[in-house]
Amino acid sequence: MNEREQVSIKGTKEGLLIALSPSEEWLGITQELADKLDQQSTFFSGAKVTIDVGARPVPKYELSSLKALLERRGMLLSLVRSESATTLASANSLDLRTFSTDNSHLEDTQIPQRDRNEDDRGDKPIDSEEMGTQGVMVKRTLRSGRTVHSRGHVVVFGDVNPGAKIIAAGDVVVWGKLRGMVHAGAEGDDSVIVCALDMNPNQLRIADHIVTSPAEHHRQVTPEVAFVRDGQIVVEAWT
Amino acid sequence: MGARVVTVTSGKGGVGKTTTTANISVALSRLNQRVVMLDADIGLRNLDVVTGLENRIVYDIVDVVEGRCNLRQALIKHKQFPSLYLIPAAQTRDKTAISPADMLDIVAKLKPEFDFVIIDSPAGIERGFRNAIAPADEVLIVTNPEVSAVRDADRIIGLLEAENKQPGKLVINRLKPDMVKKGEMLSADDITDILALDIIGIVPEDEFVIPASNSGVPVTLNEDSKAGLAFQNIARRLLGENVPLMDLEQQPGFFRRLVKLFNG
Repeated sequence: MNEREQVSIKGTKEGLLIALSPSEEWLGITQELADKLDQQSTFFSGAKVTIDVGARPVPKYELSSLKALLERRGMLLSLVRSESATTLASANSLDLRTFSTDNSHLEDTQIPQRDRNEDDRGDKPIDSEEMGTQGVMVKRTLRSGRTVHSRGHVVVFGDVNPGAKIIAAGDVVVWGKLRGMVHAGAEGDDSVIVCALDMNPNQLRIADHIVTSPAEHHRQVTPEVAFVRDGQIVVEAWT
Repeated sequence: MGARVVTVTSGKGGVGKTTTTANISVALSRLNQRVVMLDADIGLRNLDVVTGLENRIVYDIVDVVEGRCNLRQALIKHKQFPSLYLIPAAQTRDKTAISPADMLDIVAKLKPEFDFVIIDSPAGIERGFRNAIAPADEVLIVTNPEVSAVRDADRIIGLLEAENKQPGKLVINRLKPDMVKKGEMLSADDITDILALDIIGIVPEDEFVIPASNSGVPVTLNEDSKAGLAFQNIARRLLGENVPLMDLEQQPGFFRRLVKLFNG
């Protein structure tokens, strides 16, 4: 790549190779790339793109906005080439294919991340508003692997399946079958309640009390409520 | 429009994803559909083995992605079923050798040429799984009538929801009617009670399946096999035919009735 040129675009057998200067300011570079692409937008549309950023460490948010920039123009970012372990890790966590142009990156302090939970929305709250509010209304079935955290109350309009988890500082109401794990009063309040139309959780916690479900095979399905009485969790009919 | 892209996945390993992929694909091709099977289980490829195409592999999907060959060169045509093709996985690499974007790219190129693209997903929920579902229009979730498989299927359904995919249809594999009757195995109702998903097929446990896979001749070609028939029915349901679920009790019941008749 020409030293003074910030962005070079080349056609290869596999698609487009876009090389970005490793040293210039990122914002300027992406702006220039966008301008260049827009000049010939119809020509590039549908192309598979390889990005080479040299030694520049590109954090995940920058790479993801670059990917979006290309996608808006109908291009598919397929491969990221870099010497920087940070860039490779960002690419990996965005599910992009990577090619390390430098083998010494393994000695870098940042080991490339494997695919990890970052992209797995399973553990994040369903909605950012769920954090720090008075309560959360979840209008869906919580499936295995899903966790809902709330500093208030949680109402689920659906089932809570085995392997799903609700952690709330307040009460938990399940309008459906409760078969997962619930921790109500998670910040220590043991005056909270947990109720469900069909109460059969793997495990139920209220403040620092824990019970597991008895293995009954022919339970009667009836709405029940659980709370703490005399230092023990008790379950009664919900009337 | 082009092909319908169907991904076969499960979360848990060993429940019969590859067997399901192979049999549904063969059954569809026998119903005059142009079908390409895409093995996304890079590093642990099997689909070529159960369809008897192992020794015909020259190029694989990673060769395509990395530009060592074009897509056409990686397509293996099945000799017995000329409308059935396979793109094999690589055995020497791992899941990170391709990305969801690559899968979208490959599938987009296959779509105009076929009626169905059937993708065999690896077990797990990591990159390989995301590769396999990225291009999917429809998802078939294979599960077994046991708690751990159902638990994993549930997790998969949740992840599909997070990807804004259609909810998918359920294939219950390796069901043993006798054990269900005795209450020793989950029934189809027990499974749908948790997963709340439509069933597209129930495949009974069948002694013909393993020898068929071993010899590379999918069990759906065996007229005596109930599992084979069940896979054929799934293929027909995929084509929109209204095929009622097999009554797995039927045969013994019929015999018993005969015996009763003779015994007076």
